[in-house]
Amino acid sequence: MGLDIKLPIGLMFAIFGVILSIFGLVTGNINLLSGLFMLAFGGFMLFAAWFTKKSKKKA
Amino acid sequence: MESFSLTWIDWAIMLIYFIFVLGIGWALKKYMRDASAFLEAGRSLPAWVTGLAFISANLGALEVIGMAASGAKYGMATVHFYWIGAIPAMIFLAIFMMPFYYGSKARSVPEYLKLRFDEKTRAFNAFSFAIMTIFSSGISMYALAILAKVLLPIHFEFGPFTEFDFYLLVSAVIVLVYTYLGGLSSAIYNEVLQFFLIVIGFLPLVILGLVHIGGWDGMVDKLALNPATTGFEHSWANISSSHPMGNVIGIIMGLGFVLSFGYWCTNFLVVQRAMAAGSMSAARKTPLIGAFPKMFIPFLVIIPGMIAMALLNSEDSLFSLPTKGTGLDYDMVIPMLLKRYLPTGVLGLGLTALMASFMSGMAGNVTAFNTVWTYDIYQSYLVPGKSDKHYLKVGQITTVVGVLVSILTAYVASLFNNVMDFLQLIFAFINAPLFAAFLLGMFTKRTTGHGAFYGLLSGTISAAFVHGLTVPAGATTLVKGGWLSVVHEFPSEMAQNFSIAMIAFGVALVVTLIISFATKRTKTDEELKGLVYQLTPKTIDDSKNWYERPNVLAVIVGVIAIILTILFW
Repeated sequence: MGLDIKLPIGLMFAIFGVILSIFGLVTGNINLLSGLFMLAFGGFMLFAAWFTKKSKKKA
Repeated sequence: MESFSLTWIDWAIMLIYFIFVLGIGWALKKYMRDASAFLEAGRSLPAWVTGLAFISANLGALEVIGMAASGAKYGMATVHFYWIGAIPAMIFLAIFMMPFYYGSKARSVPEYLKLRFDEKTRAFNAFSFAIMTIFSSGISMYALAILAKVLLPIHFEFGPFTEFDFYLLVSAVIVLVYTYLGGLSSAIYNEVLQFFLIVIGFLPLVILGLVHIGGWDGMVDKLALNPATTGFEHSWANISSSHPMGNVIGIIMGLGFVLSFGYWCTNFLVVQRAMAAGSMSAARKTPLIGAFPKMFIPFLVIIPGMIAMALLNSEDSLFSLPTKGTGLDYDMVIPMLLKRYLPTGVLGLGLTALMASFMSGMAGNVTAFNTVWTYDIYQSYLVPGKSDKHYLKVGQITTVVGVLVSILTAYVASLFNNVMDFLQLIFAFINAPLFAAFLLGMFTKRTTGHGAFYGLLSGTISAAFVHGLTVPAGATTLVKGGWLSVVHEFPSEMAQNFSIAMIAFGVALVVTLIISFATKRTKTDEELKGLVYQLTPKTIDDSKNWYERPNVLAVIVGVIAIILTILFW
C-alpha cells in the first residue's frame, strides 16, 4: 500500500517534540525532556522514511 | 472526582493527533480500488507494520485500564496474562498456524473453517464473531465516553444530550472516517501510530512514578507496608489455590493454554493483521515481531497499578483512588496517576495515548466485522456472485453500519451494565471450544465437519452448564454464575473462568473426536492440502539472514520470556 507509515509517524512526533520542548523551555523538566526525546524519535523515523525512499529509487 | 485542568497545549496535542489519524485515512483513500485492498489491505504490508498492529489492535481499553487495575489488585501476578497467557500462543500461531491461514488463501478465519470443515462450522463462527466484534466496539466506545466525561473539563446539557453523547459521537465519527476512507490498511497504519503514542505517552508516567517512590526497591518497601500488597513483586511465588488468579494448573492450562491459544490463534481480530502481510514469511513473523513489545508492555501498564498501591500505602497526600461500591475503583488507576504526576503538556500526551488505546480497539473490531460480514455472511449467504466493485461498496457501507450499531450498543451498555457482562460471558464460552476445533482440524485429517460443529456446540453448552453450577467468592448476581445450583465456589471470577475454559475445551475435544470417528470424511486428501499439517509441504522461509527466520525469532522470544519469568518469579 503506497504510503510509508514512517513518514506520518516521524512528522507527528517531531511536531509534538518541537511544541513540548519550546513549552518546556518557557515554563523549572519533564516537558522539555519528553519533547527532546520525541524530537529525536520523530527525526529517526523521518530519516528512516527518507532512507527507505532512497533505497527504493536505487533498486 | 474533579476533572483535569487542561491548557491550550494539551488540547493542541489531542487535535494534532486527530488530524494525523484522519490524514492517514485520507492518504490511503486513492488505493482503495477493490474489495481486497479495502478488506484485506491487499495482502501487501511489511512484517514490522503488521507485527506492531497485531499488538496494538489488542492494546485497547481493556489492556491499558484493565491491566493497570489488575496490577493494583494482584501485583506482578498479572504478568501471567503476558508471559504465559500470550507469548507461547503467539509463537504457536507463527510457527504452526500461519502457514495454513496464509497459505490456504482464506480471506478470514471463518473462511478457513469452511475450507477445512463445512458451511455450518463457518456460519457458527462468522455469526458469533460478527456479533462479538460489534459489541466489543460498542463497549470500547462507551468506556471512552464515560472516561472522557469524568476527566475532560467540558460539561454541558443541550436538551436530552450531555457531554457523554458528544464524546461518544466524536470518537465514533473519527473512527468511522478513517476506516471508511482507508479500510483495513488505514486501521493497521493507525494502530502502528497508536502503538508508538501509547508507549511514549505512558513512559513519563512510569519513570516519574518510579523515581518518586524510590525506584523498584522503594516500591517494594512501600508495598510491604500493607499485608494485602506484600509480595506484589512476585509473579509465581505467591500463587496458591486461594490466590485470586487460581492455582498453578488453572493458570498454566486454563489461561496459558486454552484461553490464550483460543484468543491469539483463532480470533480474527488479531489474525487478520498477520493475514494482511505481504508474504508468507512476513505473515509468520507478524506474531513474533509483536511478541517483543508484548513482553515489555507489563512494565507500562502493570507497574503503574503497583505504584498506585505503594502511594496509597505510604499515604501520599496528592494521590487517592475514588471508591466504587464498597471498595476502590481500580479502573481509575491510570487516570489518577496521570493527574498526580504529569504537568500540562505531557498530560495532554498521556490523555491522547489513553484515547488512542480506546480508538485502536474500536477500529480493530470495526474492520474485522467488515471483512467477516462482507465475505462470510453477505457474499456467502445473501448475495453471492456479484462483481468485486459491488463487494467493495458493501464493505464501505458495512463500515458505516458497523459504527452506527456500535453506537447503539454503547447506549445499551449505558442502560444495562449487566447485559454487556452477560454477552461477554457467552462469547467467552465459545472461545475455548473453537480452539479445540482448530487444533484437531489443523493437525488431524480425520476430523470431520460434523465433528467440529458438534464439538463447538457441546463445548459451548458445557461451559454454560459449569458456569451455572459454580460461583466466584462474593458473587451478587446470577451473571457471575450459580444460576442452576451452587456445587463449587471459586476464590475469584478469574479462577472460575480458567476452570470453565479447561472443561469446555476438554468436552469439545472429546466430542469432536468421537463424532469425527463416527462420521465419514467429506474432504479428500487433495482438498485438504494446505489446510492440514500432515498433508502440507513444509514451508521454506525466504528470509535473507538466518536471524530473520521465524524459527530463530521464536527461540529468541521464548528465551526472553523465560528469563523475564525467572527474574520476577
